Amino acid sequence: MPDNPYLALAIVFVPLSLVSFGGGVSVLPAIQHQTVDIQAWATEREFVELFAVSRTAPGPGSMLVTLVGWKVAGWGGALITTLSMFVPSSILCFMAAGAWARHEGKRWHTVIQSGLAPVGTGLIAAGVISLFRIADGGPASWATAAVTAAILLARPRTPPILPLAAAGAVFALLGLSPHA
Amino acid sequence: MGLRETMPERSSVPLLELLLSHLRIGLLSFGGGTSGLAYHEVVVRKRWLVEAEFLSGLAICQILPGVNVVNLAVYVGQKLRGWTGAVAAATGLLIGPFFVVLAFGILYGHIIGVPAVAHALAGITAAAIGLMIMIVIRGARQSRTLAGPLVAVAIAVAIGVFHLPLVPVVLVGAPISIALAYLTRRRDA
Repeated sequence: MPDNPYLALAIVFVPLSLVSFGGGVSVLPAIQHQTVDIQAWATEREFVELFAVSRTAPGPGSMLVTLVGWKVAGWGGALITTLSMFVPSSILCFMAAGAWARHEGKRWHTVIQSGLAPVGTGLIAAGVISLFRIADGGPASWATAAVTAAILLARPRTPPILPLAAAGAVFALLGLSPHA
Repeated sequence: MGLRETMPERSSVPLLELLLSHLRIGLLSFGGGTSGLAYHEVVVRKRWLVEAEFLSGLAICQILPGVNVVNLAVYVGQKLRGWTGAVAAATGLLIGPFFVVLAFGILYGHIIGVPAVAHALAGITAAAIGLMIMIVIRGARQSRTLAGPLVAVAIAVAIGVFHLPLVPVVLVGAPISIALAYLTRRRDA
């Protein structure tokens, strides 16, 4: 590994960006392996703490790498690591989106689009199932999700921040744990 | 796609608006479930994309490498304003969480392990799941055939219940779903 910490961070995270098929979760074990075992940028315990911070903050879970970069080389490290993790995969996605958009309006494009839409719906439904598993959602979580969905179906233009903030406040005030 | 006529002119979407919309999505996306917020902003609130454009884009974004919601922002930005749009949307999505996650890292002891924070997060996550359920129900409602909902259920069960890996499931499911869409269109025609 090079002595320059910025370069070292980029060398580790650019390849991970390009193989993160199926989202950031798929490379989480590799991020941990690199950070803890290979580069020794953090101890096992520190890594778990960074993971907890990234789960608490908004944004994709992969912002974990921002914290790793910050720990290694301060603000510059945070920036380099974030760019290394998100830019390469975004360039690939941009090229795919561009190629796809060029054929907009053709009949086969419309057929593929209408075939892919239910796949997208299924992926979101799968996300609901796995989020509930991770969140260990009890009856309070189920009820909150159901009420939120009902409100937004009845009044689609309700700003999402209202149910999100209300649910956060109610859970905090009542001391509802994820297991409640 | 009868909705197309009601769509605003895409090239007229200001870059700043694209950036601010994604800043909002990024800052609200606690506890996962960001796709629900993105759908609400892009399809419901701004009407930049119709539902099928958003959902098909989401399926494409998930099989490409990269974080799904970042890919989705790139897809939406590219569709509306080309490469400047993609940069504006992805930057907007990530810049808020970038500073918040670092602030939380600095304030570590004051945030992590505090019961009220954990409780609030559980509540926000539950509401975010509600947003995703809204998309699933809207998707099912809009479908005029049985094929779409069947595909959606099969994909959800394969990944969510049986834990089959996402990319192979989509690579098998997508051609079947596209074939079904083709056959239904031919029958309708």
